[in-house]
Amino acid sequence: MPVVLEHLGKRFGDGAPVLDDVNANIRQGEFVALLGASGCGKSTLLNIIAGLEAPTSGALEVPSDGAAFMFQDAALFPWLTARENIELALKLRGVGKAERRTKAQELLELVHLGTAGDKRPHELSGGMRQRVSLARSLAQDRQLLLMDEPFAALDAITRDLLHDELERIWKETGRTIVFVTHNVREAVRLGQRVLLLSSRPGRVVQEWAVTEEHRTDAGLAGQLTGVITARLREEIRRHAK
Amino acid sequence: MPSNPTPLAEAPSEPETRHVHAALTRTSTGHEDLRELESGLDSLQSDADRKHRIEWSRILLPVAALVVLVLVWQFYVSLGVKRRDLVPGPLDVVTQMGVLWSDGKLQESVWTSLQRGLVGFLISVAIATPVGLLLAQVAPLRRAFGPLISGLQVLPSVAWVPAAIIWFGLTDATVYFVVFMGAIPSIINGLISGVDQIPPQYRRVGTVLGASRLQMALQVILPAALPGYLGGLKQGWAFSWRSLMAAEIIAVGGTIGFGLGSLLDQGRDLSDMTIVMAAILLILAVGILIELLVFGPIEKRLLRRRGLLAGSTR
Repeated sequence: MPVVLEHLGKRFGDGAPVLDDVNANIRQGEFVALLGASGCGKSTLLNIIAGLEAPTSGALEVPSDGAAFMFQDAALFPWLTARENIELALKLRGVGKAERRTKAQELLELVHLGTAGDKRPHELSGGMRQRVSLARSLAQDRQLLLMDEPFAALDAITRDLLHDELERIWKETGRTIVFVTHNVREAVRLGQRVLLLSSRPGRVVQEWAVTEEHRTDAGLAGQLTGVITARLREEIRRHAK
Repeated sequence: MPSNPTPLAEAPSEPETRHVHAALTRTSTGHEDLRELESGLDSLQSDADRKHRIEWSRILLPVAALVVLVLVWQFYVSLGVKRRDLVPGPLDVVTQMGVLWSDGKLQESVWTSLQRGLVGFLISVAIATPVGLLLAQVAPLRRAFGPLISGLQVLPSVAWVPAAIIWFGLTDATVYFVVFMGAIPSIINGLISGVDQIPPQYRRVGTVLGASRLQMALQVILPAALPGYLGGLKQGWAFSWRSLMAAEIIAVGGTIGFGLGSLLDQGRDLSDMTIVMAAILLILAVGILIELLVFGPIEKRLLRRRGLLAGSTR
């Protein structure tokens, strides 16, 4: 089990808890979509798994080498080309100079950007930037990949393609992925399992399995989307005054 | 979002489009299809490369402005409002420059000052950069010394000239000391404000990628702060050059060589306005040339590479 969360809680200062009693097990090579409305502490949970923040209570088990992280905005360094951005990740991991070059090119080709390596971030479209960002997080070579709404700011056409792309790369690389989103369709499209997080405090309230049939049968997928949306709205309604 | 969107649930009728659904299922029909789609979208969404041509207006406009200024100057002199020895015309000054050139004084003073200015500036950069990084990264240090550094930047470095003369006498050390006191604080401040403007996301990325403290400083913080740092360097150079002139005007003689400031001071001693004007114009010209040949191109390249040049009037 690469990730085990047991009774995880987090509060900032004396405020109300952001996360409360979060329990989850994520298997090796699994693709888990973490779904929730705004303010459910999705990003906080991801930061805790990544080791960027410490939980205030509970216990968690994560891979000892840490996790790769992909942010909502590509967060590429503007002073480096696409290739150099990837090479920097390899360099900070301690990969030798010659190997960096070939590895970066492999990763660029993996995200179908083999010819755009010398472009700078501002010359790339939003979708291309996110693919470079994905390649960079793969360059970290961690078994666990955490993604914090990486496609939220993209247009619908690009996002649909990147969903296909991410699924393909996940299958090719065998990574364990935790994908945070507030988009029910995205969660159903990508996750093998969808975990619904309640808001204030965040807690896993329900989970659904998504099967291979859902990937090809739009009717089945639509049905599941409906069920999850209804449950999510129920959660949101609880906060009505 | 509707709980069960009907368009998504509709079964496609055409066999060719069997696999094309909306966002909920796989939208591409295989690896090749996906690659093709993405490459099409990439070319639609990226701008075509623009060629950089020589922009003549960039050269002609400043030259025209200069010509106009000289003409206005000549016109004013030819009106004869003031005595010619108090307000010499452009031709008088150019003639004087010719005389200074044939004496070798012009070359000597420009070279001496430029050399001192550059050496003093480079040493200031070498001192100010690590100090600035340290202050920007270590909070207690910054709180302790930040106000002092800002204060030093406000203090005119000429104020150090008397002290420097007492400590070092009429030697080059005096000149360099004054240059350092002018340039170092402003470079430090430029670097600190450059670091302050780094988007916090960059540090998070550095942390996630596993950068050590030193790697973070050299691979992330310093390059990210480069635009602000460059601003600090420009200001540092300006302060170096100004401090140098001030020091050269005040501290004359001893083992101090003959610089542009010394030339200016000599013009005053001789009550020769043409020498004074020639020296002022030379001091100005060196400043403009350094900006045009050194800082301008570096800054432009830096901004273009980061995509920050679009829409600017540079």
